[in-house]
Amino acid sequence: MLTAWVPVLLCCAGLLITFTAGLWNIGIEGQIIMGAIFATGVMRAAQNSLPPVPMLILALLAAVVGGGLWALSTGVLKLYGQVNEIFGGLGLNFIAGSLTVYLVLGPWKRPGIGSTSGTQPFSPSLWLPPAIQGVNVSLVELLLGLAAIILVYIALRGTYFGLRLKAIGKNLRSAFLLGVPTDRYMLAAFVLCGALAGMAGWTLVAGTSSRHQLFPLISGGYGFLAILVVLLANLNALWSIPISLFFAAISMGSLQLALQAQLDSSLGGVIQGMLVLAVLIVGGLRARLVARRR
Amino acid sequence: MSRKFWGVIALLIVLSMVVGACAPAAAPTAVPTKAPAAPATKVEPTKPAAGGEFTFGVILVGPYNDHGWSEAHYAAGKYAEAKIPGAKMIYVDNLNPGAKPGVTVPQVVDDLISKGARLILTTSDDFKDGTLEAAQKYPAVPIINVSGDQAWKDGKDFKAPKNESNFMGRMEYGKMIAGCAAALTTQTGKIGYLGPLINDETRRLSASAFLGAKYCWTNVLKKDAQDLKFKVTWIGFWFNIPGQTLDPTKVADDFYNSGYDVVISGIDTTEALVEAGKLAKAGKQVWAVQYDYKEGCKEAPEVCLGVPYFNWGPAYVKAIKMIQDGKWAQYWDWNGPDWKDIDNPDTSAVGFVKGPALSPDNAAKVDQFIKGLGDGSIVLFKGPLNFQDGSVYLKDGEVATDLQIWYMPQLLEGMEGPSKS
Repeated sequence: MLTAWVPVLLCCAGLLITFTAGLWNIGIEGQIIMGAIFATGVMRAAQNSLPPVPMLILALLAAVVGGGLWALSTGVLKLYGQVNEIFGGLGLNFIAGSLTVYLVLGPWKRPGIGSTSGTQPFSPSLWLPPAIQGVNVSLVELLLGLAAIILVYIALRGTYFGLRLKAIGKNLRSAFLLGVPTDRYMLAAFVLCGALAGMAGWTLVAGTSSRHQLFPLISGGYGFLAILVVLLANLNALWSIPISLFFAAISMGSLQLALQAQLDSSLGGVIQGMLVLAVLIVGGLRARLVARRR
Repeated sequence: MSRKFWGVIALLIVLSMVVGACAPAAAPTAVPTKAPAAPATKVEPTKPAAGGEFTFGVILVGPYNDHGWSEAHYAAGKYAEAKIPGAKMIYVDNLNPGAKPGVTVPQVVDDLISKGARLILTTSDDFKDGTLEAAQKYPAVPIINVSGDQAWKDGKDFKAPKNESNFMGRMEYGKMIAGCAAALTTQTGKIGYLGPLINDETRRLSASAFLGAKYCWTNVLKKDAQDLKFKVTWIGFWFNIPGQTLDPTKVADDFYNSGYDVVISGIDTTEALVEAGKLAKAGKQVWAVQYDYKEGCKEAPEVCLGVPYFNWGPAYVKAIKMIQDGKWAQYWDWNGPDWKDIDNPDTSAVGFVKGPALSPDNAAKVDQFIKGLGDGSIVLFKGPLNFQDGSVYLKDGEVATDLQIWYMPQLLEGMEGPSKS
């Protein structure tokens, strides 16, 4: 359950920034993937020349760069190419996904094997050790996830940066007229979100109970899941902590459905979807009622 | 105040939907008529009484009802339940990056063991790495990676800990029979092989199909080997994962539309047969050979030449009995057909069911071929045989060893298609 929590938490932290700026960063899945690709690239290139700790740190930095760059492309497409970030992000998701297939089948394939299953797993020295014996997550991952969300919480609540992002999200034009450099802020929002998504990608190749390899679809829908979490939390950073934990629990717990109750495990996704839909519908109904009362 | 209120309402709605959706569904599937309380309390005793219940866990790469590879394993679990009193299968299916991206083999093994499993079977080549990791994590739990070679002492990848074993069926024979049936039936002399991913296993199986086809083409039909085309197209995984693999439906279509009138399936699922069925309904003369699961022909019997299948049941029973008798020791089995009756469910690891589309005349020829394989008069992994690049695989008269067959580095001369990715 904790396995899925950290990547979702990191993505939530990123999405809180873009949502606050009124941006729909659907491209977050691609940003996770690029993070994983960059991390894998570094770890493959430096496999024998660096000790594990600097290697993992370097890979993390690479992942941040990878995710950030990919998100920057979405932002550039939006601001200078007039491509809505939803479509741009979606397109970039596909490109990132295809890139993993290409890498796994091509330059990074396992010797003698032609399978999309994944690259050669990293040596166990590059697996983050579990926080406590028997737990599926490392201390590093947990701290990374919680620190990210708390920092974002502080940044959005207590800084000019957060205030200006909010202004952009509420009304782009008036923010611009009031002197906020909107373009730069929007790009910054994308890059920060991409960087956090990239970190999520890093946890997916280096994490305690990851597959320790790059494989297609490595983003695992965690980015989309985080969108649901943030919507459900109504853009509240602190609420996204328990909600993401809850969603991660449903995702992982759905494994048990088949074992315990002989229900199909895809039911977990159905429950998550219904939960968000129900909250959104109820929110909409409430808004209508309030409007009518006036 | 109102936000909280509405939040609670939303939660209640969802809960009611979930309960509403689950309650009627759970009732018919749950085997005992006891209410849901039963499983919750039953979980507690994870250590079943000795000699009584024996729970074994099976991890499937595809859906348990895929009419192919995974269903053959599911059926074997059921077989073991029927043969061994008290044996009970628990399983997790669809463990692949398409369906369960964040879930790894060691995690599922955690779950199965916590549910009381005393033997774990990971039934895919794709689980090789994960099985090793889990086996190292649980040195006291016997764990079997089906189709693997990490427990093969003479193999090239022997690194499994003592609690890990492997078994596999000698499907080479099944594929030879499949190739023979295809060669006897094709009108165009062009046979397509719908391949999964490329590795030792898939190279040797497609090569076996080719050898069977070549034998029946030249020795039974007395035609010129030059006129037989045998082409392999690999999709990239054991079954279709959209965006990640080639679409097997499209690959099968391409075969049929470019003059390949028989397609031999090497993947876990049934696309080749289904497409052949569709095209035949539209008036095209095409056939397919299914794979993996005994009842595989059922999807489109009218175009099915047959199905070479795995009969895993006896191997499951052997593993469980070893543990029950306290005689577990690491092993690597490569189980062959029972040549007295390759379709004997209790003794034969590999079989071949002839399909309705195989003509009676050709069926008789196939039976002759099987007989020849069984009595040793037909040996196909025998030189002279060359690899695709022209280098020598087997010298004149040389018969391949198990190692030479298992670790097939290339496709054979005469086969079209990539040997490596």
